[in-house]
Amino acid sequence: MTSAPLRVLIVDDEAPARARLKDLLADCSAEMPLEVVGEAATARGALDMLADKPADVVLLDIRMPEMDGIELAQHLQKLPDPPAIVFTTAYDAYAIRAFEVHAIDYLLKPIRAARLKDALGRAQSTRNPSAAALREMSKGAPAFLSAQERGRIHLIPVDDVIYLKAELKYVTVRTAHREYLIEEALARLEQEYGERFVRVHRNCLVARAAIRGFERGAGEAEGGWLAVLDGVAEKIPVSRRQQHIVRELART
Amino acid sequence: MGDTGEALDFPPGFKEMRSISSAMGSISQNANTSALPNFRNLGILLRILVIVNVLAIGTAIARAPTLRGAWAEFVEMSSIVQPVVIITVLALAALNEWLQRLRYPLGATAVAVLAIGVTVLVFSVTQAAYQDEPSAPLQRNILLALLTTGLLLVYFDLRGRALSPAIAEARLQALQARIRPHFLYNSINAVLSLIRQDPRRAETALEDLADLFRVVMGDSRELSPISREVELCRQYLELEQLRLGDRLKVAWRIDNMPHDALVPPLLLQPLLENAVYHGIEPRVEPGEISIDIYSSRSQVHAVLRNPYAPDGTHRAGNKMALANIRERLQLHFDAEATLDTRIRENTYQVHITLPYVKASA
Repeated sequence: MTSAPLRVLIVDDEAPARARLKDLLADCSAEMPLEVVGEAATARGALDMLADKPADVVLLDIRMPEMDGIELAQHLQKLPDPPAIVFTTAYDAYAIRAFEVHAIDYLLKPIRAARLKDALGRAQSTRNPSAAALREMSKGAPAFLSAQERGRIHLIPVDDVIYLKAELKYVTVRTAHREYLIEEALARLEQEYGERFVRVHRNCLVARAAIRGFERGAGEAEGGWLAVLDGVAEKIPVSRRQQHIVRELART
Repeated sequence: MGDTGEALDFPPGFKEMRSISSAMGSISQNANTSALPNFRNLGILLRILVIVNVLAIGTAIARAPTLRGAWAEFVEMSSIVQPVVIITVLALAALNEWLQRLRYPLGATAVAVLAIGVTVLVFSVTQAAYQDEPSAPLQRNILLALLTTGLLLVYFDLRGRALSPAIAEARLQALQARIRPHFLYNSINAVLSLIRQDPRRAETALEDLADLFRVVMGDSRELSPISREVELCRQYLELEQLRLGDRLKVAWRIDNMPHDALVPPLLLQPLLENAVYHGIEPRVEPGEISIDIYSSRSQVHAVLRNPYAPDGTHRAGNKMALANIRERLQLHFDAEATLDTRIRENTYQVHITLPYVKASA
């Protein structure tokens, strides 16, 4: 065993719950070396904090505004050296059942010091919940996509995405401001966000809301249709097989 | 009539109709007894009018050879039926308190005598006024009045019985729905965090929690003053504030609240719990819950508003609390109380209207 203290990050939207965990961690530190590297009230705050100060264990509340703990856990998996995750929850019958099924560690609030110590002791040796298990547990599709760049995780609200384009082993996510590369399969994204995006080409999904219209291509793309989009100058070619969407979307 | 001694299991003493007529506003009465309906209740009066008229229409259709003839028959019948039913109903409303004090067989007889008396009166007045030959002899009218009264009394008796098991079920459901386990465990967690840093605040919080649960676990059948409900809501919001801090803002507008108005206990608290759960907790930025309570024209209004974010993660818990409160309002006040919800410009609003029943001092 190393003597380096276990670095713990607390994520909970309620200040008293964070205070309580800090008290308990202080109690535990008498028996095991611990260091609270930070506390965050939101998922975003947690990601920012982890970018600067990596943690070994994240104590993660499930019900939080904007992004819940389950979704944050999914994004955290993308870090090069993902921290161990211990979920905390006051009451969520649905999540608890899922935790039992997938043997994921969790702490029930109010949390006991002894239980916390056990979980911390185990945390680094047990496997983190699998992406598939987390996806199964989350209510609906995640509201954010996440891209990992130099040890930092960027959250991209799905609402802001204009198109998703598959390139080799990555998918390019285009927003009005910039592009990101994410490691996902386009087919899975289509499956998850099928209502929001439409496939215009074998390798491209476009946000329905962003489609301003279609125009006939010139030069290289002559004869084919191009999708004209809000927010970006770039026009996306519509493949021959997907021509029917031009008629369908132009109608509405 | 009277004690029928049925083997059915009714919940410990409940008679819906009598509830508000007794000055205390309690629903508990002796088990298995029949009771007259509360003749001051708008819903009861409307039911009487509708049933009598339906019977009249039925009779008219049965008696007339053609449908058009049935209408003429109904109009003719109305000249005696409508005055009789309206005067009877007014008299019953006026005598309500006296009638409620009588034992049921006596009360029922009194109602029948009243109906017959009014029939005789109206009959003789119309005879004197129009001088025409009687369309139907007096005896027949008396018999019809007696049959109708009997039918109505049986109907109200059956209805009262049918509703009584409902309250047991409603209570049961209420006990599950009223306080979310989520709230309880989070509150205990918040109090635990206070014990070391701010023991005095922890004490107050535990006292509030105890008060809240005393009401939740207590007998919810007795109406209680709205001022008590408001006090309870303040304690509840105090606890939520502990957890949520600045994210929860509360605006009370109760300067014109009738303090002595009686309401079912836990009328507002579950709605505030919904407001916190659906309106405040899903937000990062602060949100305001507002509570307006005022009286106007012998009615009490309570309007609750909270921020509303139209997203897909709405849960079913909300509907359960609303259905629960609606049911209890109906059991206590019948058609005189209403609960409306509406969403307007990112605000969710619940508006409760109920009759102003004063607590007896």
